[in-house]
Amino acid sequence: MNDSHQSSDPNQTLADTSGGSATKPFIVTLREQLWPALASVLVLTLAAGGIFPLALFALAKPLFPSQSSGSLLTREGVVVGSELIGQNFTGPGYFHPRPSAAGAGYDAASSGGTNLGPSNPKLKDGATDNPKTAGVDESFAGIRQSTEEYRKHNGVPPDVAVPIDAVTRSGSGLDPHISPANAALQIARVSRARGLSTEVVRSLVARHTQGRQLGFLGEPRVAVLPLNLELDRTAPLLNRASPQSASRPESR
Amino acid sequence: MRWLEYIVFLALVIGLVKPVGLYLARVFERQPTFLDRALCPVETSLYRVFRIWPEREMSAAVYIVCFILFTVLGTILSFAVLFLQAWLPGGPHDRYLTTPMTFDLAVNTAVSFATTTTWQAYGGESTLRYLAQVIGLVAQNFLAGAAGLAVGIAFIRGLARQRSATIGNFWVDLVRATLWVLLPLSLIGSCALVWQGVPLNLAPYTEAHTLEGQLQSIAQGPVAALEFIKNLGTNGGGFFNANGAHPYANPTPLTNFLGLLAIAVLPASLTFTFGFWTNRRRSGWVLLGVMVIIFTIGLAVCDLAEKSAPSNLNELNVSGGNMEGKELRFGVGGSVLATVVTSNGATGSYNSMIDSYKPVGVIVPLMNMLLGEVVFGGLGTGLQSMVMLALVGVLLGGLMVGRTPEYLGKAINPSEAKLLALYALATPFVVLILSSWALSTEMGRPGLVTNTGPHALSEVVFAYASNMANNGITMAGLNANSVFYNVTTALAMLAGRFGLVALALALAGRFAAQSRRPTTLGTLPSDTVVFGVLVLGTIVLVGALSFLPALVLGPIMELLQS
Repeated sequence: MNDSHQSSDPNQTLADTSGGSATKPFIVTLREQLWPALASVLVLTLAAGGIFPLALFALAKPLFPSQSSGSLLTREGVVVGSELIGQNFTGPGYFHPRPSAAGAGYDAASSGGTNLGPSNPKLKDGATDNPKTAGVDESFAGIRQSTEEYRKHNGVPPDVAVPIDAVTRSGSGLDPHISPANAALQIARVSRARGLSTEVVRSLVARHTQGRQLGFLGEPRVAVLPLNLELDRTAPLLNRASPQSASRPESR
Repeated sequence: MRWLEYIVFLALVIGLVKPVGLYLARVFERQPTFLDRALCPVETSLYRVFRIWPEREMSAAVYIVCFILFTVLGTILSFAVLFLQAWLPGGPHDRYLTTPMTFDLAVNTAVSFATTTTWQAYGGESTLRYLAQVIGLVAQNFLAGAAGLAVGIAFIRGLARQRSATIGNFWVDLVRATLWVLLPLSLIGSCALVWQGVPLNLAPYTEAHTLEGQLQSIAQGPVAALEFIKNLGTNGGGFFNANGAHPYANPTPLTNFLGLLAIAVLPASLTFTFGFWTNRRRSGWVLLGVMVIIFTIGLAVCDLAEKSAPSNLNELNVSGGNMEGKELRFGVGGSVLATVVTSNGATGSYNSMIDSYKPVGVIVPLMNMLLGEVVFGGLGTGLQSMVMLALVGVLLGGLMVGRTPEYLGKAINPSEAKLLALYALATPFVVLILSSWALSTEMGRPGLVTNTGPHALSEVVFAYASNMANNGITMAGLNANSVFYNVTTALAMLAGRFGLVALALALAGRFAAQSRRPTTLGTLPSDTVVFGVLVLGTIVLVGALSFLPALVLGPIMELLQS
């Protein structure tokens, strides 16, 4: 397009008081603006959906190689999970994460929460499987059942409060953390199963406890997977599952 | 500690209002900035490609046409990308894509991203391929965000100018919003997110062997490319189903805090740009003051509700806040702050499940959206909503004392008053009609799959409020991925985007043509505490009168039952 031709247009002054294009018929305006609209959508999409991500890759990937590939943790060359993504633990020798609503539990390809309202009886009292609908498992552990389980597993008497994070599901279903109070109540069980003194386990927990970020952001928390990895290194379980026996969690 | 986080957040937002507001004023007045050497050549060549003449300004009518045309073409392009994503290479294996991208879902998603609603009827990691996320969604985050900012700037111009037939050039505002504001900030912000742990890769989903001998598939992708601009452009649709709650999308309390700043700072700063251009800085500060007051009240109420567990859990002897649906790293504080900021900020990037909030905790985000997101608000559209409600206040005040109402020397004559009335009625009209339709027919009720009773009613009203306000946060217990909801929510989004913007810009065009009236003894000053109280009262009154019945049937009834 020829610039000098456009600049001779009489309507272009900044304080265009003649009403200019406002008085043009709608269809003329539409036709005039169609090319700018089409070109801007295409070019800006290219810039924002092409050049921007490429520039970001070029900048951030070399700077932060581990984070950009998902903060994965490996053991003996095998990827065991991600530092940031929670995974399920049920054995007595491990610290247990929060309950999860992602898929069948800690399904990191299907994040989500329960979305149950506080007034919904299912949230507190759970639900049992409906035998009429074969193939679909409606059973759901409510906060009541989870609390009872937690008290039984960890020997917590009724007069001691259970930290609420231990019995509620997170928004993502992939919460990698538990609260320090939750971890503290699990120390006795884990040390018994590992044959370690509670002092040793307590110091491991302390090492994997993060405080508030910058001193005031968020909540103090214990990273479950790194802690359990270090427990395995410190005092391996005798019947540790081998990678060959790895199995997919049932239906999802 | 929670309150320290809230206070630091507010202090940073308020502290950044002046410098950022001044920068925005410079950018859109085409005055020199430190980025000019790099960006001006790009800008010039873009105008050449678009075949536009940057000095040539537009009337409000043409500006509206350009905005709508741009949004519609953007919708069509992203619809094509989303619907045809099966042909895009790379990304997750098909077996993970369990929520198919159907025709109506693609329409809904495309409309929702082009209108900055970014409502998530889709499932993120279970619906989309990587390239569809980048070309279809990341790009739309920039485009729609920049278009919103352009509209806000044009709206301010309308109030600032005198005897002018024009309010700016949409294409120039769009390009400058993209190049000078969104792209550079996103590049820096996204790098910070990667540093904190947000993944940026094109790898297939990771197969991890867990310590207890199971397989865990971990969704991956170019997450960081989306996660910052989704907040900065006040869009909010996340890479993953759980959006800002997902530890890959929002790995640390710091990423949460940065994301919330990204939502609030630019819209808040426009209050300064507004005062600066209209040459009435105190009027800008008064509007910011009203915003901060509403924000703080919402925050305090939501915090009060969520800091303790629901009372029906007392018999189980559990300790802590209402942590169902909340992430431990954010806790109650980071979750409540995010809910209040995102619901005010037209940004759907919730980091906790609002469906599991207590009734009072639900009222806060719901009211924030129903009031029209006047606190900071959407990028560009937030200031517009605030000024429109201030104008309603001026109109009411003027009627009470029997003078021609005027704001910043601009008179509100009958035709302006009609535009204001339509604007104020649009949200109740759309939200309440669509909600009643959904609740009273067999088309809408099957979506209520998770909860029943008043809570379910809240979910439906919340859904339409969120879409009308172009917000996109959701009470996700409502299964909104059905033809009925995909179509009706898309209608609400379009009404919220085109309807409200067209009314506001039409008004701005009329104001631009007026000359400024001299201040007299009879003028209602717009830079005083009294005026702030008037605006505050108007906002509460308009919201309360329109939506009280819906609130009573929803969260308030749930509160009384519990």
